[in-house]
Amino acid sequence: MKQYFTRKLFIYILTFFIAVTIDWLIPRFMPGNPVQVLLARASLHAEAAKEMYSYYTKAFGLDLPLWKQYLNFWIAIFHGDLGTSILLFPQPVIKIIMRAVPYDIFLLLPSILLSWFAGNKFGAFAARTKWLDNTILPVGYILTATPYMWLAILLGWVLAMVFPIFPLAYASSPAMIHSFSWIFIADYLWHWFLPFASLFMVMFGGWAIGMRNMIIYELEADYSHYLEALGAPRKLVRRYAFRNAILPQVTGLALQLGIIMAGALVTEVVFSYPGIGYLILGAIQNQDFFLIQGCFLFIIIEVLIANFLIDVLYIIIDPRIRIGMGGKSA
Amino acid sequence: MSLKVNNLKVYYQTLRGDVKALDGATFTIADGEIMGLAGESGCGKSTLSNSLILLKPPMRFVGGKVELDNEELPIWDMEKMNDFRFKKISTIPQYAMNAMNPIRKIGKMVSEILKSKKVDFKSTLPELKRRLDLVELSHDVLNMYPIELSGGMKQRMVMVLSTLMNPSLLMADEITSALDVSTQKAVAKMLVEFRDREFVKKLMVITHDISILYQIADSIMIMYAGKLAEKAPTSVIINSPRHPYTKLLISSLPDIGVKYSQKKLTGIPGKPPMLLIPPTGCRFRERCPVAFQKCLNEEPPFVEIKKGHFIACWKEFEKNA
Amino acid sequence: MTKPKKRINEFLYFALKNKRLRVGLSVVLFFLILALVGPLLTDYKWDDYVGPAYHPPSYEYWFGTTTFGQDVFTQFILGLKASFLVGIIGGGIGTLIGVLVGFTAGYHGGMIDEFLNMLTNIVIVIPTLAILLIISVYLKVRGVLIESIFIGFTAWPWAARAIRAQTFSLRSRDFVDLARISGIRPLKIMFTEIAPNMMSYLLMTFILQFGGAILIAATLDFIGLGPTNAISLGLMMNLAVLWGALPLGMWWWFIPPGAAIAAIVGALYLTNVGLDEVFNPKLRKL
Repeated sequence: MKQYFTRKLFIYILTFFIAVTIDWLIPRFMPGNPVQVLLARASLHAEAAKEMYSYYTKAFGLDLPLWKQYLNFWIAIFHGDLGTSILLFPQPVIKIIMRAVPYDIFLLLPSILLSWFAGNKFGAFAARTKWLDNTILPVGYILTATPYMWLAILLGWVLAMVFPIFPLAYASSPAMIHSFSWIFIADYLWHWFLPFASLFMVMFGGWAIGMRNMIIYELEADYSHYLEALGAPRKLVRRYAFRNAILPQVTGLALQLGIIMAGALVTEVVFSYPGIGYLILGAIQNQDFFLIQGCFLFIIIEVLIANFLIDVLYIIIDPRIRIGMGGKSA
Repeated sequence: MSLKVNNLKVYYQTLRGDVKALDGATFTIADGEIMGLAGESGCGKSTLSNSLILLKPPMRFVGGKVELDNEELPIWDMEKMNDFRFKKISTIPQYAMNAMNPIRKIGKMVSEILKSKKVDFKSTLPELKRRLDLVELSHDVLNMYPIELSGGMKQRMVMVLSTLMNPSLLMADEITSALDVSTQKAVAKMLVEFRDREFVKKLMVITHDISILYQIADSIMIMYAGKLAEKAPTSVIINSPRHPYTKLLISSLPDIGVKYSQKKLTGIPGKPPMLLIPPTGCRFRERCPVAFQKCLNEEPPFVEIKKGHFIACWKEFEKNA
Repeated sequence: MTKPKKRINEFLYFALKNKRLRVGLSVVLFFLILALVGPLLTDYKWDDYVGPAYHPPSYEYWFGTTTFGQDVFTQFILGLKASFLVGIIGGGIGTLIGVLVGFTAGYHGGMIDEFLNMLTNIVIVIPTLAILLIISVYLKVRGVLIESIFIGFTAWPWAARAIRAQTFSLRSRDFVDLARISGIRPLKIMFTEIAPNMMSYLLMTFILQFGGAILIAATLDFIGLGPTNAISLGLMMNLAVLWGALPLGMWWWFIPPGAAIAAIVGALYLTNVGLDEVFNPKLRKL
């Protein structure tokens, strides 16, 4: 067990290291100079610009040798300092991101978890009868083949324009005060629904298809045949098949996270929903490298943590791994 | 009380047509009888045992009647057969080593199966433990996962589980194939013990290894190409078989202590026929050393030529007549 | 072992009979032909100003016009071409790399497998978007080819995993051991013994990579990281959203591109299911 975890930890740390290095490289590789970009926005007088230039270069540590900048970056991360945004100068990047994180969590967590549970249930359903299979299967395939942003656009168009039930953009109405009042919560949910539904539907399709295939595979396994030979009712056979089929679906969740993040990004863009995805878009368009850097760092950490949690979860639910590691077998 | 099978026909559906894998089997197994079922691969013995316990696509019920203890078995009806499975008819499958759910503790699995069959686990537990003792399995296995057991242990567990409800008919499908010789002996002895203690009333042991049947079976039934060839008490089959195929089969078995230089090992040249479009007449005629004109045109019926001795062979009928 | 020719004939027979394969392939072929023939149906370039802006579909402009008065149908046709290109090239590269990695890992096992596994896991987790960002800034003018190459080099882990698993199960089969005993070199074994048995698997993997590449490209194009010198379906949606097609209700601009992608990728998946049934007799319905 210990060996397994140490090895996993090593890979995670290595991945983190590589990913952070790539992340650090983003502003360094940009042609031109982030400070220049910053100053261009301020449109200062030439003389003043020169002064500001050397000030900011020092402030951003760009006058130090490269290796020192790299080291400082790591130190800064552990202090929670992700630099200052250019787009929303002079706000610190970490603050901007932290504002966006709750929106992301409220959007991603329910949509991922609910679609996973519902998708798996429906997929298992589809494996019951041919009729169900022929209806659920095509729906699932169409949904999973649908590009995230297009479904978002479609939902937005139908449910916000053609039938103006939901709002098209943002997470709350302009005049709303952010508090924990019922009005705010209701307003937020009203805005939240379309991006949530859009993400949910595409992911749902994927899980349903995956589960349906896994269940069919499990129903062909020896233990399923033995249960049938013992005359166990259909329900028990299905229950065992489901329980066995869920395991690869858990690993599948970890693998899909990168794709889901990308999907959330474009969905947020369509609905101008103030999550990290939306931030990234703005940062790309305005060449705010530090913001981009910070956002990506966040996503990396999120994905790694999620992967780790799922690894732990998998060990708990699959006894074969536990036993295999304990070295117990006759 | 007995198992009466009458003209059972079960075909395999394939895209090219029906493969006549089991084409009219008629036989009886009496209480207390261990009948061995032997034959080459593809002769239909697995089809026979599978059709009795789990007849599902691509197998197709074509005709015939099966009676167990004077009750007709609705083998074509998957749902209705559930009432009979486990309690009246049971099986130790070929894949016994993989037969248990890998992610369930064995005891939990047993309790769930019993519960689903409306049997009370608690009251059955003492008997379950006694049976475990009988097959020399520790009670601890109930708390373990299948992966923690060796192949032989898993097989014994399946044997215990399959016979827990004292079924009237137990079918053991190639259960010694994957074992070493000493374990084979132990398992074979266990089967006999189950019968002796009346855990099971009738046993059908399917194998291609006749030497095992020699040890434990009361009677042996030989199948060839979907048809029954010969059925007789074990000693008769081994020592004085009458069907040409059986004769060749027995003579191709090596004797202990005999060297190749003394007596050559003979096989049976040729291959079994394809059962998509079976040959007319007797299916063994291509490889039969004594086949004559009648064998080409007419199929020999499976009849009793002597008490307890059934055979399907024109040549032998002639001898009798 | 059945002769190869007989096997191919048998395969074709079942393939043509399979409904899902027929439907899936037909849809893909339909769009493919549209992409190839389409440019002949239009005289415009995608960014030409051809007529009145915000115009819904009409006899003159089959798919209507954009907020700038560009012909949406032209954009759609040319976008289709771009999508197919990315799918084939990107999917092809991804399959190639995935096969190489997966094959090697599965066949050799041991340390090589461990190392390749680690590599695969890292590539999966790293936000490839960041790398693309850097590339996109360096290459001010990017074409479909660059995008395809990038997608191929970042999407291969999925193919690698699948191929590796399949190789593992095949390499322990008897005929491979036989070849090994007779002293044939490993590379030759890979190509002459294992590969033919994996042909079906390789084809199915490519189809999935193809569909996946189209989807990834759509996402990249949508956030502006796609080709700079061509129109694509994702870019159409990007422009549409950017220029307020949603509140303006210009459905003819944003519905067709996404619908085409969903249809093509969906048809590809359907084809895959059909192929699975053809190759795997157990799944064939009777």
